[in-house]
Amino acid sequence: MSTAPASPAPRKTNRIGLEVLNYRGSKTTLCAGCGHNAVSERLVECFFEMGIEPWRVAKFSGIGCSSKSPAYFLSMAHGFNSVHGRAPAVSTGALLANKHLLGVVVTGDGDTASIGIGQYIHMLRRNVPLVYIIENNGVYGLTKGQFSATSDSGAVSKSGVVNELQPVDCCVEAIQIGATFVARSFSGDKRQLQALLKAAIAHGGLAVIDVISPCVTFNDHEGSTKSYSYMKDHDEPLHELDFVPYFQDIEVEIEEGAVQEIEMHDGSHLRLHKLEQDYDPTDRLKALSTIQASKDAKEVLTGVLYLDTTRENFLELLNTVDEPLATLPQERTRPSRETLEELMAELR
Amino acid sequence: MPIQLSAEDVSPGAAGARQINDFSIQVATVNGSGSQTANTVLMRSIFQMGVPVSGKNLFPSNIAGLPTWFTIRASHQGYIGRKKEIDFLIAMNPETAAADSDELAPGAAVIYDEPLRLNERRNDLHFYAVPFDKLVAPVCPEAKLRKLVRNMIYDGVAAHLLGLDLEEVHKALRRQFGARKQKAAELNWNAVLAGEEYARTHLTKTDPFRIERMDGNAGKIIIDGNAAAAMGCMFAGVTVVTWYPITPSSSLVETLINYMRRYRVDKETGQATYAIVQAEDELAAIGMVVGASWAGARAMTATSGPGISLMSEFTGLAYYAEIPAVIWDIQRVGPSTGLPTRTQQCDILKNAVLSHGDTRHPVLFPSSPEECFAMATTAFDLAEEFQTPVFVNSDLDLGMNNWMADPFAYPEAPQQRGKVLSKEDLEQLGGFGRYTDVDGDGVGWRTLPGTAHPAAAYFTRGSGHDGKAAYTEKPAEYVANVDRLLRKFESIRAAVPGPAVDEHPQARIGILYCGTSRYGCEESRDQLRAEHGVETSSLRLRAYPFAPDVASFIERHERVYVVEQNRDAQLLGLLRLDLDPMLTAKLRSVRHYNGLPLDARSVTDEIVRQEAL
Repeated sequence: MSTAPASPAPRKTNRIGLEVLNYRGSKTTLCAGCGHNAVSERLVECFFEMGIEPWRVAKFSGIGCSSKSPAYFLSMAHGFNSVHGRAPAVSTGALLANKHLLGVVVTGDGDTASIGIGQYIHMLRRNVPLVYIIENNGVYGLTKGQFSATSDSGAVSKSGVVNELQPVDCCVEAIQIGATFVARSFSGDKRQLQALLKAAIAHGGLAVIDVISPCVTFNDHEGSTKSYSYMKDHDEPLHELDFVPYFQDIEVEIEEGAVQEIEMHDGSHLRLHKLEQDYDPTDRLKALSTIQASKDAKEVLTGVLYLDTTRENFLELLNTVDEPLATLPQERTRPSRETLEELMAELR
Repeated sequence: MPIQLSAEDVSPGAAGARQINDFSIQVATVNGSGSQTANTVLMRSIFQMGVPVSGKNLFPSNIAGLPTWFTIRASHQGYIGRKKEIDFLIAMNPETAAADSDELAPGAAVIYDEPLRLNERRNDLHFYAVPFDKLVAPVCPEAKLRKLVRNMIYDGVAAHLLGLDLEEVHKALRRQFGARKQKAAELNWNAVLAGEEYARTHLTKTDPFRIERMDGNAGKIIIDGNAAAAMGCMFAGVTVVTWYPITPSSSLVETLINYMRRYRVDKETGQATYAIVQAEDELAAIGMVVGASWAGARAMTATSGPGISLMSEFTGLAYYAEIPAVIWDIQRVGPSTGLPTRTQQCDILKNAVLSHGDTRHPVLFPSSPEECFAMATTAFDLAEEFQTPVFVNSDLDLGMNNWMADPFAYPEAPQQRGKVLSKEDLEQLGGFGRYTDVDGDGVGWRTLPGTAHPAAAYFTRGSGHDGKAAYTEKPAEYVANVDRLLRKFESIRAAVPGPAVDEHPQARIGILYCGTSRYGCEESRDQLRAEHGVETSSLRLRAYPFAPDVASFIERHERVYVVEQNRDAQLLGLLRLDLDPMLTAKLRSVRHYNGLPLDARSVTDEIVRQEAL
């Protein structure tokens, strides 16, 4: 029998030697049971498991409940809680300044589908390499329960107003405008959301994930399509997802036909195990018609709705030098005295 | 003093006094008729003869069809502000020809298109009829080009009447077309020659206006303020430019794109040391600037009044979260769409306090191409040193018109990148408080995202925050933070460019102004001295917040006229916000806001009226 004190079990570390607590954020101030907290937890797990240095990440948000959440994951990453609906512009600017940043944007349906839909569309057009999460609860929580642009048609607010308008589908908008990674998920589906987030991080272009994230205080009632119970009954996954990061060997041979394997920008692989439907997420027209058909059937289709791994992202198109523009030394950003003399001579 | 001619002195046909190198020319044409080239050639020809010259394009908000006027002022005294009176009219536009000639003072000269028969309207002007259509046909066989080439004919006529050296006209024309458009240059040169020959063989000069070679602009360049600003930004080391097109600022960024392509792309790799993005609107443009500056880039945007309105919310965020930004405002006439192609200084007050809540922003007031160039570096240095948005208030007159300027001085001082902690700094310090005033100047230290250190990160927010960037709603912490921002503003006051003062020991009156009001004011001081024997002092503001010299200047004078180009005396209002009320009681207001660049006569008349001279 050893007399030495029992050493505590070694804490689990990732491939860069960090523990999961190094990826946590400050304590959430959102409601208990809020779907947004689950998304933050998934982000903590994903960045930990992928072994990404937290300080390489830059977090962005607009304004609203969802926009508070960048404070609740990755405290070691810079975060910017900016202007309502304008996280696309702020994050685009930051990436122009430093193309090595790994940008994560967390927004809500108010940010993305209402006040910021213009910026959303233009960010999609540009294919800025960002992970863009929409924590979609179909309601304005922080201002206490008003409709958003994704609220259900026919929904009744606490003040008794009926929403007569059709909801915006952020995924359909994204696919139509030419986004390169469009997915939908449910904050309660831990496994799927994890795989999607990891694939989004590995994508290297703009990756939109519309996460149905129930608001327990204002929109979790009977009749809401953004409630826990509705999603439990109507969530229709397109496939089962496996994400194999580039630094891990692929161990299992794939069974022909049953699995579609897509290589991501960083060399990782996303495996789509077929369920009932034979769904190819690289077919844009098929994606749109399948989403529409599922809506008609009152289902919420989740998984990778559309994926294009071939298109160049905005930063590649701009063809800037390899180093971040932000920290280029003066010698590289101030032309020479001779250049000024040359220009002056032309103007004489 | 320009020689004032009465109708009796210069009745047409009589040989009046000669008026050499001191008069204004106005060319009235139709927008889109290609007159810009002819006007630039005319202006450059005068410039090349050594005569101080300035040109102003008064154009409509229109692509083609509406009237446009180009005025050229030659001034051996070196006055380059707009001259109110027109001495020499070239009337090419049938729509405006009658009104244009009716407005002339007796003794002026008019070149006009023969069919317009302007000579029948008055008998106190020097008229020169030219059959432009008849002259253009033989030199330009291609009918569809005639509309464009026709304008070069008036350059030839004017060259003869004004005594321009034809070789200088040819040189200016070749320069305008460049080496690549030799055919077009030849076509246009033949039109100039046709005009010159017609004038030489058919017209008898009766007017007094002449250009004679002098040595008044040796070494000078000609450039518009927007191009000077663009060049300044490139040499300031700008790396991120995001913008949305709006007159009169668009040419700033478009010129910058050209310069950057030439000088900021690696010749071997083809990679750029900059990113320029045309955003979907001004709101996105400033959002990208804020994001880029937050991440450490020297980032800027350029816009005009309506764009500034859209940038209001982000400017408040950048002020409160302390993020650098450089915003060029090429001011135009508001409110709303206003007169989008005319000039004013109408965003002075707005930019100084833009956004909701208590906000104050430094504003620079360039008055010349030289200052547009130099203040670009000043703006980036201030923005990064003080982690705050900086406005540069140019205007349409400065930005879009051609100015004679001294060659720009190379920026010698190193870029001031402000208080940024590196990974190595953090290894020494262990941590930092983003909004903690450790140096006593109100400015905290920041880190850039991507800094590889566990203590580098902080959370940026527009909501209440304490010295360590943590969320707070505590009253005392809020007050401590915004009071620190006030202290920071006092540090900025000590760092911005001070005023340019020209003080006369006997002067009891001061004239205070900023930006392009300079030219009218400087000339007006000469008029007040020559015509009324009144000496004045002048103070030209170069920045807000106002340096202490401004208060002492006002103290030393009985009355100070604040001359500005807006209706509501915005500069005077800002002085009232900033200075002791005892001092501001001495301020008087002279305002000019009809959309035309400020002229000396308007300033003189108003000061004479208020002084009851």
